[in-house]
Amino acid sequence: MTQDSFETALAEELHRIAPDIELDDVDMSADLREEFDIDSMDFLNLVTALGKRFGLEMPEADYAQMDSFDALAGYLRAKSG
Amino acid sequence: MSLFLMPSLGADMEAGTLVEQTMKPGDEVKRGDVIGAVETQKGVIEIEVFEDGILDSWLVEIGQTVPVGAPMAQILKPGETAAPAPAAPAPAPEPEPVPEPVVAAPTPAAPPPPAPAPATKAEPGTRARITPAARRLAAEKGIDLSQLPHDPNHVIGRAEVTAMADGVAVPVAAPTPKPSAESDMRSAIAAAMSRSKREIPHYYLSQTLDLTAVDAFLKSANADRAPDDRLLHGAIYGRAVAKALKKYPEFNGHNVDGQFTPNPSVHLGVAINIRSVGLVAPALFDAQDQSLDDLMAALRDLVGRVREGRFRARELSDATITLSSLGDRGVDQLYGVIYPPQVAIIGIGTPRLQPVVQDGAVTARLATTLTLSADHRVSDGHRGALFLRAIDKNLQKPEAL
Repeated sequence: MTQDSFETALAEELHRIAPDIELDDVDMSADLREEFDIDSMDFLNLVTALGKRFGLEMPEADYAQMDSFDALAGYLRAKSG
Repeated sequence: MSLFLMPSLGADMEAGTLVEQTMKPGDEVKRGDVIGAVETQKGVIEIEVFEDGILDSWLVEIGQTVPVGAPMAQILKPGETAAPAPAAPAPAPEPEPVPEPVVAAPTPAAPPPPAPAPATKAEPGTRARITPAARRLAAEKGIDLSQLPHDPNHVIGRAEVTAMADGVAVPVAAPTPKPSAESDMRSAIAAAMSRSKREIPHYYLSQTLDLTAVDAFLKSANADRAPDDRLLHGAIYGRAVAKALKKYPEFNGHNVDGQFTPNPSVHLGVAINIRSVGLVAPALFDAQDQSLDDLMAALRDLVGRVREGRFRARELSDATITLSSLGDRGVDQLYGVIYPPQVAIIGIGTPRLQPVVQDGAVTARLATTLTLSADHRVSDGHRGALFLRAIDKNLQKPEAL
């Protein structure tokens, strides 16, 4: 899968949860949950959706590696590779 | 024979508009059945009957706005025969311009032909407003909701979904000037909170809450769980509050006309933020009897439905206490405003590593501030303090929750 499609998939799932946030206004390297104003339930739903989409476990111990848009896209790429 | 009345779906509700009749005259109804849907400031809410019987007749038409307490339907007990219907209810004190259920626009916007591309879900922010029963029907019939016209001033009902299923174009209701969902909810919050601050003499208590044990428990419990089964802090807090209330019933119930009635069940209202719209605090029922996993599943279901604008009437009217927790992107502490006719609200701030004295030495511990705002007409600070400490104690042994 190309780099582009991980970013696209993540953007799609985030848009489902936070349709009011424009990707252009987001700092891709800043705190994901602050940038998208998502709470712990939103984040859990995001992880659930991404886990199903890519067939990944997304363990809670790895949450620290998912703390920005870029980090999370990179995580998906590394784990799917 | 009995009358089904417009329910009060919260202290701030004066009237509601019937937008759907899911049952028709002659249908058998059972306690808990959804017989229709009512539109309020908080969105479209399903209404349930409280007894078994047969729906004899509707007294309110779709689109009609009636005040809380007005008769909406007549229900016969099993074996009873029909009695003459009472006079039609008076209109609401301040009737809003009510759109006709279905008004054909001059140029009916036919839905575009289904695209050959795989069906994608409608985007939450732009999808059509639809009653819960109509949404279910659409799912049964396999109708893609994104094909429905997006008119923010019109609520789609079952009849229109049936028409769509039959291949009939859905006419878009003529837009009527109406406040947005956002300003509706803002005024609902304003009414309830103004009443609270006017009528309820609040007192406030706070206590430092060490969350080290909760954090360790969650880490270990979630380590082997798939995302679907993971626990969140909210479920743990909910259990800790519900368990503490057993000994402190004066914080759990309703205070109506100066008379406080404790409730043996804990219907735990949880403050839920709805993006760009506002805040609601619907109830998790019987939190005192639920396991952590059950309460977490109920919380997940509730938050999901609330964010889609789907409530049940009882969830809004029957909460007996409220829990407001800021999660991990908030501030140090919050003091809630009591939601009438409740008598208490628990606040839990954002967990942070902070200096705490333990065994005579300052150490860094994960902690936050636990608060209570309570009604001084019903309880005193002494009992309030004991109640807060009981919650704190429960949270030091999360495995026992």
